[in-house]
Amino acid sequence: MTFLDLARRNVSRHWLRSALAVTGIVIGVVAIATMGILGNSIGLMFNDMVSDVGDTIVVSPAMSGTGGDKLTKRQVDDITRAAGANRVITIPFASTFDKMSVGEKKGGTMIYAMPAGDIPLLLEKEAGTYPRDTGSGCMIGSRLAELNKETGLKLGARVTIGDETLRVVGVLKERGMGFDINPDYAIIVPYSWYSRHYDEDRYDQVVVKVRDVKDLDVVKEGIEQKMNRREDVVSVMDTKAILESVFAAADSITVFLLGIGAISLIVAGVSILNVMLMSVTERIKEIGVLRSIGTRRREVMRMFIYEALILGVVGAVIGGALSFGAGYVITAVIVENPDYLFNPTSLLYILFGMAFGIFTSAASGLYPAWKAAQLNPIQALRHE
Amino acid sequence: MPVISFDAVTKVYPLPAGDVVALAGIDLAIEKGEFVLVMGPSGSGKSTLLNIMGSLDVPTSGEVTIAGKRISGMDDDELTLMRRDHIGFIFQQFNLIPLLSVVENVEYPLILKGRRNGSRERAEEVLAAVGITETHLTHKPGELSGGQQQRAAIARALVNDPDFLLCDEPTGNLDTKTGTAIMDLLARMNREEGKTVVMVTHDPRMTEYADRTIRMVDGRLA
Ligand SMILES: Nc1ncnc2c1ncn2[C@@H]1O[C@H](COP(=O)(O)OP(=O)(O)O)[C@@H](O)[C@H]1O
Ligand SMILES: [Mg+2]
Repeated sequence: MTFLDLARRNVSRHWLRSALAVTGIVIGVVAIATMGILGNSIGLMFNDMVSDVGDTIVVSPAMSGTGGDKLTKRQVDDITRAAGANRVITIPFASTFDKMSVGEKKGGTMIYAMPAGDIPLLLEKEAGTYPRDTGSGCMIGSRLAELNKETGLKLGARVTIGDETLRVVGVLKERGMGFDINPDYAIIVPYSWYSRHYDEDRYDQVVVKVRDVKDLDVVKEGIEQKMNRREDVVSVMDTKAILESVFAAADSITVFLLGIGAISLIVAGVSILNVMLMSVTERIKEIGVLRSIGTRRREVMRMFIYEALILGVVGAVIGGALSFGAGYVITAVIVENPDYLFNPTSLLYILFGMAFGIFTSAASGLYPAWKAAQLNPIQALRHE
Repeated sequence: MPVISFDAVTKVYPLPAGDVVALAGIDLAIEKGEFVLVMGPSGSGKSTLLNIMGSLDVPTSGEVTIAGKRISGMDDDELTLMRRDHIGFIFQQFNLIPLLSVVENVEYPLILKGRRNGSRERAEEVLAAVGITETHLTHKPGELSGGQQQRAAIARALVNDPDFLLCDEPTGNLDTKTGTAIMDLLARMNREEGKTVVMVTHDPRMTEYADRTIRMVDGRLA
């Protein structure tokens, strides 16, 4: 039997009230931890993406430029030269959305076109072969293939686009979201076919892949200086910059969500304060008795702080466990990579949420505990 | 040397409507082993006197010496430790801690004093001495009769072996028969253990237990 014991008994004597206070802490801890994990996962995703595609520069026609919304073959060559042909691989491509049909089945699809020889430089294949510039072969994205397994859009199938029929000679590996092209749901055709079919000899964008990531800035600058000497003809974006701008938004959202978590913990703190003040008021007489038989102020204070701490620790432990579950859901479902949960920083966010929960509880218990300790023993004894 | 001595002790409660003089100059000495009754009408200052003896309260003026220590100038912690180490309180309303079992209530002052080793045995021993049977040890105070609760409260007051017991109307909440049994118990503690007892009571029959009776009127000794 100790002060901790007394505190524990009082917490469980009013278990419903205690449970409500604990629930507040649980919510706060989970809010902080999950928001932290989400933010951290987004950051990790960013790093992974940068290391995956950080070597890519995408050159597009400048939006304000006078050169139209496409790039000519000459401009593409200029870009290659400006980048330093030995330092980079340039892949110009065009894209459009068009109707297609496979047998009876009709639908729409994204079509990407690039020089047949460049396709292997940008896209990996899962099955079949890459199409050639001559002939009418095409490739399909992995997701498109998967979605249309039943309808017959697969290796060897015939796809009709407009009045022409293409043969699926290859299936691409899944590539995920990209900042150059998103081939997973698309059909890839050789540029020669595209050019003839759509009567078009210009390109939408140029993907510039730097052989050595260190050259990225030099290459970017080279292209900009050469192409935009007089006016803005092209806009040059490296994927890192694109990723940064996207993730900067994600970052501020994370800060906002963390703020919500913190506010919910503060609300929880207020509810603990309330519970503790009730506990003190109800026990004025008991405090008087404890004081009259020789319990010092600091011991009374300790007893009430223990009470707040019990609520906080229980809330933090439950909250920590739930955060782990919620973190799994976030990383597995939203970010699609549960490994991010086991990243030290993610786990640290759980600990941080728990610590903050305990701290909030202790802080909320401080004033009621002090109040209890300051009670005049005689008046407290007389209290009914 | 007296275990309690009062020298010109006053206690004044300043109230907006005017000062209330609860003690108007008390000189008093209580010797070790005495059984002293304090009697007097309601509001005459009996409880105030006992609270100051118990270092629960401090006088407005005058000198109080308890167990050889002057309490003037003591801070709250020192006064609290006086209560813990030298004084046993027994209240009219028993005042056991409802969260603790009977034996834990008695153990509590020992634990406060850091005497954890053997505290349970010591508590059980004192409870047996005041006539609480073993089956009641783990009950909560509310499950006991008034007389049993007051016995437990006496055990709690005795467990730290205080210099004296202060009892403020200890039988006021009990029927006559139970009250008499409690008085017998306190008288036995005084006689057999040599415990000094100061007791406030309204019951004139109690005078037969006491060595002497102090009568109070309007904050003075009559
Ligand atoms: N805390 C207090 N504030 C103001 N007046 C008090 C206080 N305590 C006691 N008194 C007054 O002091 C006087 C003595 O009270 P008390 O010692 O309780 O008397 P008794 O125990 O003999 O009935 C009474 O007039 C009472 O109203
Ligand atoms: Mg009184």
